[in-house]
Amino acid sequence: MCFNAKRLSKLALGPVLMLLSAFALANPEVNQVNMAPGVTEVGKEIYDLHMIILGICVVIGIGVFGVMFYSIFYHRKSRGVTPATFHESTQVEILWTVVPFFILIGMAIPATNTLLSIYDNDDAELDVLITGYQWKWKYEYLNENGENVSFFSNLRTPQSEIYNTEAKGEHYLLEVDNPLVLPAGKKVRFLITANDVIHSWWVPHLAVKKDAVPGFINEAWTRTDQTGIYRGQCAELCGKDHGFMPIVVNVVEPAEYDDWLAGKQAEQAEIAALMAQEFTLDELMERGEAVYQRNCLACHGANGEGGVGPAIAASAVATGDLSGHLEIGINGVPGTAMQAFGGQINDVEMAAVITYQRNAFGNNMGDLVQPIDVFNHKKGQ
Amino acid sequence: MGDHHHGPAKGLGRWLFTTNHKDIGTMYLWFSFAMFILGGAFAMIIRAELFQPGMQLVDPAFFNQMTTLHGLVMVFGAIMPSFVGLANWLIPMMIGAPDMALPRMNNWSFWILPPTFLLLASTLFMEGGAPAFGWTFYAPLSTTYAPPSVTFFIFSVHILGLSSIMGSINIIATVMNMRAPGMTYMKMPLFVWTWLITAFLLVAVMPVLAGAVTMMLMDIHFGTSFFSAAGGGDPVLFQHVFWFFGHPEVYIIILPAFGVVSQIIPAFSRKPLFGYDSMVYATSSIAFLSFIVWAHHMYTVGMPVAGELFFMYATMLIAVPTGVKVFNWVTTMWRGAMTFETPMLFCIGFLVLFTIGGFTGLMLSIAPADFQYHDSYFVVAHFHYVMVAGAVFSMTAAVYFWLPKWCGRMYNEAMGKTHFWISFIGFNLTFFPQHFVGLAGMPRRIPDYALQFADFNMMSSIGAFIYGASQILFLYNVIATIVAGKPVSDEKVWDGAEGLEWTVPTPAPYHTFETPPKVDPAHAHS
Amino acid sequence: MSSQTPTSEYETYYVPEKSKLAVCATIGLVLSIYGAASIMNDMTFGDPNEPTSSWTIFLCGLFFFMATLFGWFRVTIRENIAGMNSAQLKKSYVLGMFWFIFSEVMFFFAFFGALFYVRNLVGPWLAGEGDGGRMNGLLWEGFEYAWPMMQTPQEAVGGAAAQTMANNGSFTSAHTSMAFADAHAWYKWLPLWNTIILLSSSVTCHIAHLGILDGNRTKFNIWLGITVALGMIFLGLQVAEYKEAYVHFGLTLNSGIYGSTFFMLTGFHGFHVFMGMTMLLIQLLRSVIGKQFTSDDHFGFEASSWYWHFVDVVWVFLFLFVYIL
Ligand code: HEA
Ligand code: HEA
Ligand code: HEC
Ligand code: CUA
Ligand SMILES: [Cu+2]
Repeated sequence: MCFNAKRLSKLALGPVLMLLSAFALANPEVNQVNMAPGVTEVGKEIYDLHMIILGICVVIGIGVFGVMFYSIFYHRKSRGVTPATFHESTQVEILWTVVPFFILIGMAIPATNTLLSIYDNDDAELDVLITGYQWKWKYEYLNENGENVSFFSNLRTPQSEIYNTEAKGEHYLLEVDNPLVLPAGKKVRFLITANDVIHSWWVPHLAVKKDAVPGFINEAWTRTDQTGIYRGQCAELCGKDHGFMPIVVNVVEPAEYDDWLAGKQAEQAEIAALMAQEFTLDELMERGEAVYQRNCLACHGANGEGGVGPAIAASAVATGDLSGHLEIGINGVPGTAMQAFGGQINDVEMAAVITYQRNAFGNNMGDLVQPIDVFNHKKGQ
Repeated sequence: MGDHHHGPAKGLGRWLFTTNHKDIGTMYLWFSFAMFILGGAFAMIIRAELFQPGMQLVDPAFFNQMTTLHGLVMVFGAIMPSFVGLANWLIPMMIGAPDMALPRMNNWSFWILPPTFLLLASTLFMEGGAPAFGWTFYAPLSTTYAPPSVTFFIFSVHILGLSSIMGSINIIATVMNMRAPGMTYMKMPLFVWTWLITAFLLVAVMPVLAGAVTMMLMDIHFGTSFFSAAGGGDPVLFQHVFWFFGHPEVYIIILPAFGVVSQIIPAFSRKPLFGYDSMVYATSSIAFLSFIVWAHHMYTVGMPVAGELFFMYATMLIAVPTGVKVFNWVTTMWRGAMTFETPMLFCIGFLVLFTIGGFTGLMLSIAPADFQYHDSYFVVAHFHYVMVAGAVFSMTAAVYFWLPKWCGRMYNEAMGKTHFWISFIGFNLTFFPQHFVGLAGMPRRIPDYALQFADFNMMSSIGAFIYGASQILFLYNVIATIVAGKPVSDEKVWDGAEGLEWTVPTPAPYHTFETPPKVDPAHAHS
Repeated sequence: MSSQTPTSEYETYYVPEKSKLAVCATIGLVLSIYGAASIMNDMTFGDPNEPTSSWTIFLCGLFFFMATLFGWFRVTIRENIAGMNSAQLKKSYVLGMFWFIFSEVMFFFAFFGALFYVRNLVGPWLAGEGDGGRMNGLLWEGFEYAWPMMQTPQEAVGGAAAQTMANNGSFTSAHTSMAFADAHAWYKWLPLWNTIILLSSSVTCHIAHLGILDGNRTKFNIWLGITVALGMIFLGLQVAEYKEAYVHFGLTLNSGIYGSTFFMLTGFHGFHVFMGMTMLLIQLLRSVIGKQFTSDDHFGFEASSWYWHFVDVVWVFLFLFVYIL
């Protein structure tokens, strides 16, 4: 289904089709002007609350501005009026203090109820630990039901689209390599935290926004019966690529979810098998390039020229002692943007990217790193 | 004792060494306008980058520096000093004092500003770039993950705080101690009242901001762990301290604006302000409430629900005293005899747009709804409605209103009105669509966005250029007035204007009220 | 000095002529701030082998700033002695000093607020207690909260490398806290002595005030001298205590939030004691050398004494919340 929509947009059949497909599942919609009612009960409650307060404000606004414009029109000097001199009227003043107060109470009651349901984090059927990293999300299905699956979710939009050398796709900036997959109809609790700085996990259609604070775990929850793909973004300034860490949630039927989960588990077993394998330089370079572009490019530049981080090309570390290079790759440099990638990418990927860094960008060290080397380095510490 | 019946000294020394409240006011006003242009230039870079999806002009890191410096320069460099400048010019004249209470310190509070902003702007050229963590500089992005220039940023904030504190102490001392005989508190013009309360807020919260940046400094350079969970601290602690300052700060920005509007609307309605006393009480209530609502900026950080509810209720309450103000202004216009010169136009613009911004503020204060609004462009729309259409519009109105008194020449009315209409249209074009993209899910502080938001962003950018360009007209009008405007000699300038400042000759002489005036009880407050 | 000219309702308010003081003070302040920031950046981000001029800039700026302030106060004092200051102007100074002290109160309020927030909310949350942190056990397994915090969350999980979030420094807690420990050796507990010293210095300061009100300069000088001396002793003991903390207790700035709040609060307090003591010392010198101050005109002393009392009150809160509770 998702596949089809992509095909259609590739054909670029014009705005009409865009709009139609938007109704189907695009979120946000093109030129959307109001909050989306969302697909959850809480989302609808929030939407209703939003419309109520908006409505009250509009009514009060019409009243206030109505009186003001009436006065502007009729009480102008050019109409020859003489100004009145009245001022102060205790009755009126009490009235316009007390009436708004009661209007506010009227708003506060539904607001309190909705807030309490947002905070009702108990009795979830599934717990997902969400960790924000500069600039990607990690999802861990906690072990209670034997899930034990975890993966990173990175922006999938290529640099070429961002830097305008290629046409932008329909889900420009709102697409990831590994979406979060959730079963429909089940109460899912999110445990949200961060690895480095504060991020915020926001998916408008699920009506969830919660800050990811390093060192603390916040809770949020959702439940929806409506399958579909829901898109959101990081909503707390978290550094350079804050605008480039989208969230995609794919809500599927429980059966499909189970298949997906099994697939993920198999995938992780496969990786475990790869760990024992020996790779050739070419294989490592190919894998390494992909890993580099996904994980390192943002800071070290497409050609290893540097940016937030130092240049890799001709870097003393990348052309120096191998274990020093591994050390930085695995454990990072504390207190800088250089994170400990040892816990973020698997040993195969680490071996590949280190090999890549040592042989690309004119570094030509000629040495290669096998997954077992990474494993040994980790164990050696 | 020196003889004060002489004019200003000549040359640069007049400005560097002056102790005269009018000179100092003038310097504040020009400085803040320069900062408005600088902050505006940053905003133009932001809007140019956001004109279309995709990265065109700047890279993401630089974009964040622009957002940060735009916010900082506008708030601390443009708005706050502009109102301090206004206070310097007007408060002594309004209460019948010969000058500010502590004139040399007055000069000092001004002169530390320009080098500080130079230092802040110079961070753009430092290694690692300027601060890029937003004007709210949340830890740990502003500590462990900050560029080295953050140290200069921290010390700049310290000095800005020092300047504001000294400026406020001066205003408090002036108002409390230097009112002319008969000028009781409840006879002071509302502008003086709002500034007195603002000054109190400043003295109370600027030191807290200093505390926040000091903790940052310690975390960055001395290994403390205020904002680090690993050592038992909490990044959210930073937000509490910051917003304890930050929320009163937004009322520091708007209260003097309320004061200005309360002077101008009666003047052009030719009718006294409807409820003077209730205005004073409303201002005080807003100031009081501003201390207990700070965490409404933090609904999504994961506070316990009891805290969430407390801050929601307290925040909502602010609508009541603010409503009292809005209703008062409207009722003042009711059955007046209005004319619509430029200052009045800007005040009406203020009234309409600020109220809209206040309504969106009220929407933001509803915690569950804020879960969807927070950190989206809806918030950006909200605060530009209250800060640009609130503070900047009222400041513009103030300049048009008092400029003839200051320089004895009349500005070009047609040009002023044109300025208003272009501003008004440009402003709404810029910021109204931001409500839409915000509700649709566009986060703030992003250099690039999804295609769905493209059209409204383009509108917004076009509006921003229009609004920005209209300021050139303003600048031209002001300079042309000072240089060659039509001379005015009438003391009152505006037939509806009331207050002591309109009793001195036009242009206002270098020294006024060396002997205290007699305050006529009938015309005590305007 | 009460109103001298009964004919006019108000005296003339002295508005000083133009003055270079503000601009000089600006230059000094900005230079020293720039230097201080550079020093810190050299320390944290710089290359230790690269020579810099940061200290030079800082010291030159500071010297110039101090010299300007000295000149500024001298001018103000001379104007007062020359009789240019009306009672109304003096009231402006009183108001200025009052609101300045108020701003200082708010500065300390920020740190006390931080302390309360951390002690009452954050600590339990990190240990997985309360509404704010029931799931935090996942991150800080084994962390138990107590105040003073003698084991940081980082240590509880086994060091920086073992913590789930990025390694952002190492926070090793003290092995002994500063709290009152041994009821038998209470007389060895420095903070108690410091409290006694500082409280009595407020009393001596007040006696000095009574002295000058009586026009008794000798009494004033002696008691003010004692006050300054008590201030010095306090600072000396405070230095000894810091040394003890660092050397024997392992309590440092890196000791997690307990060390952070402890040094921040006592450090800034100590700095304020130093300022207050310097202010009082200057008043003493003015009285001893310059024979300044009369029984009805001694604002310089009064302002300094208010400041001293303020510093004293802050200490009482410190003693309560940092050392005892
Ligand atoms: C001049 C500055 C100014 C002013 C005056 C205000 C006024 C208000 N603000 Fe705003 N605000 C900001 C500047 C300002 N704000 C800024 C800069 C930010 C963002 C900071 C950042 O994150 O960078 C912000 C953000 C902000 C938030 C956080 C949003 C978020 O990040 O999620 C909230 C939430 O409660 C809020 C609420 C309010 C409220 C309730 C008012 C009230 O004072 C408004 C009261 C006015 C009215 C309500 C209208 C008039 C009243 C009537 C006509 C009476 C009758 C009305 C009713 C009974 C409905 N503001
Ligand atoms: C009072 C404060 C104030 C003022 C006046 C403004 C004014 C403007 N602001 Fe901003 N703004 C903030 C305070 C303010 N802002 C704050 C606090 C933030 C949050 C920052 C953060 O997220 O950390 C923000 C953020 C912010 C954003 C969001 C950025 C982001 O999230 O990434 C945007 C985007 O459109 C924006 C736009 C504008 C525009 C177009 C103006 C226009 O009104 C500006 C118009 C002015 C000019 C263009 C200059 C005028 C002068 C001339 C043109 C004359 C030229 C003459 C000569 C050169 C001789 N502002
Ligand atoms: C968030 C930004 C960021 C990302 C992503 C990033 N790095 Fe880095 N990297 C840095 C920074 C900053 C430094 C400099 C650290 C210091 O100050 O020593 C650095 C330093 C390095 C160095 C040492 C270079 C030298 O010459 O000193 C290597 C090697 C390195 N990173 C490898 C990687 C690898 C491999 C990846 C991806 C798997 C990666 N980096 C991803 C920010 C990043
Ligand atoms: Cu992550 Cu913004
Ligand atoms: Cu606020």
